[in-house]
Amino acid sequence: MSAPVAVEAYELTRRFGDFTAVDAITFQVAEGEVFGFLGANGAGKTTAIRMLTGLLAPTSGRARVAGHDVYTETEEIKRSIGYMSQRFSLYEDLTARENIRLYGGIYGLTDAQVRARTAELLRRLGLEPYADAPVRSLPLGWKQKLAFSVAMIHEPRVVFLDEPTGGVDPITRRQFWEMIYDAAEGGTTVFVTTHYMDEAEYCDRVSIMVDGRIAALGTPRELKERFGVESMDEVFVRLARPEAGAEDAS
Amino acid sequence: MSADPAPAVEVEGVSRRFGETVALDGVSFSVRPGELFGFIGPDGAGKTTLFRIVVTLLVPDEGEARVLGLDVVEDLWEIRSRVGYMPGRFSLYPDLSVAENLEFFASVFGTTVEEQYDLIAPIYRQIEPFRDRRAGALSGGMKQKLALSCALVHRPDVLFLDEPTTGVDAVSRREFWDLLDDLKAGGLTIVVSTPYMDEADRCDRVALIQKGRILAVDPPAEIGRRYPLPLVAVRADDLHRLPGALRRFPHARSAYPFGAEVHYTDARPDADPRSVAAEVRAFLETEGFRGVEAAPVAAGIEDAFMELMGAPEGEARP
Repeated sequence: MSAPVAVEAYELTRRFGDFTAVDAITFQVAEGEVFGFLGANGAGKTTAIRMLTGLLAPTSGRARVAGHDVYTETEEIKRSIGYMSQRFSLYEDLTARENIRLYGGIYGLTDAQVRARTAELLRRLGLEPYADAPVRSLPLGWKQKLAFSVAMIHEPRVVFLDEPTGGVDPITRRQFWEMIYDAAEGGTTVFVTTHYMDEAEYCDRVSIMVDGRIAALGTPRELKERFGVESMDEVFVRLARPEAGAEDAS
Repeated sequence: MSADPAPAVEVEGVSRRFGETVALDGVSFSVRPGELFGFIGPDGAGKTTLFRIVVTLLVPDEGEARVLGLDVVEDLWEIRSRVGYMPGRFSLYPDLSVAENLEFFASVFGTTVEEQYDLIAPIYRQIEPFRDRRAGALSGGMKQKLALSCALVHRPDVLFLDEPTTGVDAVSRREFWDLLDDLKAGGLTIVVSTPYMDEADRCDRVALIQKGRILAVDPPAEIGRRYPLPLVAVRADDLHRLPGALRRFPHARSAYPFGAEVHYTDARPDADPRSVAAEVRAFLETEGFRGVEAAPVAAGIEDAFMELMGAPEGEARP
């Protein structure tokens, strides 16, 4: 807990009309931590992530990401973070090499840096033989690893991964988590959402949102002990199961 | 097998290409009447192509497929009136209301919502309070229930559901499978696909599918029982470093994270799993791990899938 704070939110709130999507959430994420951000569909995860990435102004409360204020320093935030969503941020008609160059340019890397990073990424991903084929023709698992690498190209302090492993095969899913660990070992803070409850176990700490609030926050072990259950899946079901039949009322 | 009734779905040697991509490569399987049959596999495995062929929306390049004894090419109109299909992408009319969508699908099949109400009621009642809302403005869970109601409104004999739970949270997924159990209890044959391995246990039988080929077809428990090598569940304080360390053990075949444990597969088929567990524990302790626990474990669907897959999809190969 003595590590520097990478993400902090204090009573962060966002309302849309009379609907409160995010309701006074408070938490801190340490540098280099893998932080799982879980919740049922519609619990408010996406709205919270949009505020933390500088894309949506909060209604009230405070938050800082990589030391920058979410109200006044959104441009600084965008430069300090990486983002990868479940639907790819890659350009399908461009090759892997071109995608890396494009994102390197967007994030202000020099030509020499882009060349060095491109060679390193292609080698590490084992993509060298396919570097000049359109991304469209690559298997899904490779696209996902490339999208993650591109989100990390400017060595961001925090990377947001929104369901990064949806739909991939079980081996690729696990390889992806090894990339996440590598990034965290390198000091990058990883903020990740997933619907796979086994992946919740791989996080250092997990928060579970229910109806706009953080209903639980702790290490997977702490949460399982608190609810007296064997798996994160059971923790999730205990917390997220709403009153019968009312799940869609929001 | 000869005592089995005629299959509800029968597919023999079906292949389908799109340009140079082989989406399906000689797929064969059959589904019994009243069965809840699952296709489990990642994106790009060929699940959607297969579903489109059996619901007569796509013609195979090779092979034959019959649904309710009818040929998918020759008898497409009769098949269409007797099957329900819920595609993976939301396929309703977003500008029509909930009730209008349902009435529309009923009228296409020459029936009415009132006549079929008893069948759809358990699902439709949950969204009926929103009957006047535009379908496009529904939450994900409600859209899913409306799509299922529309796929059922003509009282089909076989229901095909293509990835109904993709992107849906763990709680809503369970509730959706509970609905399928109820429909199955009413005698409906259901064929469903999913990328979530943990949903396999909800099916009577599953087909594991990858790169256009079926790797195995069996009841879910049987797939685990056929795991060919000793499998050990390992825990230790440093979970992040554990898979890498286990792969360095001389007899390792694979080591994959499974929630709070790592599943270690030993390459020696005849080794006793308990002695493998003891060897692994001793090895990890010499490697400096603390809090090591290792015990034989029964293989699940995901273990079996990874073993059958062999080399991973994203691995560079010559």
